Amino acid sequence: MSIRERLSGNEAVAHAMRQINPGVFAAFPITPSTEIPQYFAQYVADGAVDTEYVTVESEHSSMSTCIGAQAAGVRAVTATSSAGMAFMYEMLYVAASSRLPITLACVNRALTGPININNDHSDSMGARDSGWLQLYAENGQEAYDNFLQAMRIAETADVRLPIMICQDGFITSHAVENILLEEDAAVKAFVGDYTPRHTLLQGSAMAVGPYDTVAFCMEHKVQQAEAMKNAKRAILNVSADFEKTFGRKYGFFEAYRMEDAEVALVLIGSTAGTAKACVEGLREKGVKAGLIKLRVFRPFPAKELAAALSHVKAVAVMDKSEGNNGCGGPLYAETAAACYDLAHRPKMIDVVYGVAGRDCEVGDIERVYRHLLRIAETGEVGEKYIHMGVRTSEQEVL
Amino acid sequence: MTRKAKDITEQTPWQELTPGGEIYEGGTSMLVNTGEWRSDVVIWVRDKCKQCLLCAPFCPDSSIPVKDGKRDEFDLDHCKGCGICFKVCPFEAIRFEKEVK
Repeated sequence: MSIRERLSGNEAVAHAMRQINPGVFAAFPITPSTEIPQYFAQYVADGAVDTEYVTVESEHSSMSTCIGAQAAGVRAVTATSSAGMAFMYEMLYVAASSRLPITLACVNRALTGPININNDHSDSMGARDSGWLQLYAENGQEAYDNFLQAMRIAETADVRLPIMICQDGFITSHAVENILLEEDAAVKAFVGDYTPRHTLLQGSAMAVGPYDTVAFCMEHKVQQAEAMKNAKRAILNVSADFEKTFGRKYGFFEAYRMEDAEVALVLIGSTAGTAKACVEGLREKGVKAGLIKLRVFRPFPAKELAAALSHVKAVAVMDKSEGNNGCGGPLYAETAAACYDLAHRPKMIDVVYGVAGRDCEVGDIERVYRHLLRIAETGEVGEKYIHMGVRTSEQEVL
Repeated sequence: MTRKAKDITEQTPWQELTPGGEIYEGGTSMLVNTGEWRSDVVIWVRDKCKQCLLCAPFCPDSSIPVKDGKRDEFDLDHCKGCGICFKVCPFEAIRFEKEVK
């Protein structure tokens, strides 16, 4: 039986970690993820877990500790945000290339600079090419559910890649919402034991992460690329088993009122709740509005996303991080590339929004849909790279 | 894949390499010639050597084999030419000079 509770997103993830009882937890505090190691420290102090809790001196060290622990043969977890993730950058790549299925709770926060503590996706988007799996949540429930699924996905034999479970800083991490928790025994049974084939502490001598010469390094990068492809199947399998066990359904993305949608948004995270309210309002007025909330960004479900958008007239991809490439954000770039092979591509624009905690309300989302309706009607796309909610002395596009 | 290091060559396809280049045994650097980028080479002068064995523990690459209490010829497949043994030898029994290949 599920348990009805009221928890913040950080509490929910810390609760999941306690239920999983990992071998090692290594973290350095950084807003807004600090509460996760804080709550977990209490579990350690209370004897609620057997975890070795390592208080490191930096995020470079927390990820290094996780790498060593996971290679030694136990589950290693950490939590971080923003500059903390940037500080573990080198080791993020080492974790992935060493094929160690470490779990990282990422509480998304704007990456400095200018220094800012509020939510956007620039921290984990910056790590999008690091070889980590990335799952994003709309709310605390999804953050909890994703965390329960994380290890089984990451540890799948033909995957063996580290995984980030992302949630929006403050909006999700600190807001207390109703949540369904699962019983400890049911969670333990679902997650199962970690049984790697080779570890530093079992059997014969072993080396992890050796220097790779020209003759071998590209082959190992191809192994990683293939593992990322294999992860799609693993995610669907684990999600299906999760639905069977706990009754909540997950896939690569949630297609909300997309069946007959003529205009649609593609976005990630907590803004989905705001956008759903907007879609409902527009639907009452007869507007065929739809929404795709991406759950899985790595691996990128290009084929499935393109299929879901193939019948739409105009799409706005909502990027909650700046691309700094002069033509759009990362979600836009990948969504546009995914749709390139469609016989009839939807018109597509990029709306950069919510950067560094800039608020995004139902009315803002409605302006985007109204803009898409104009594009669908006239066939004129106009400016494709738009910043929403910014003060400007020029005529606003939206 | 749990291949031994000796069974992995520059012809092995990616599907048959170990994940992430993991190595499942010790001492595998013996299989690889890592001394080929040396620029200076050490030369053992046998008639000056007193077998004091000061050189062997100083060698960072275990390239001075010791057997039955006596050192033997340098392992030049693994010596990087750092010259530490030349520096510590009290008897000028090791020369250190430009390597001619």
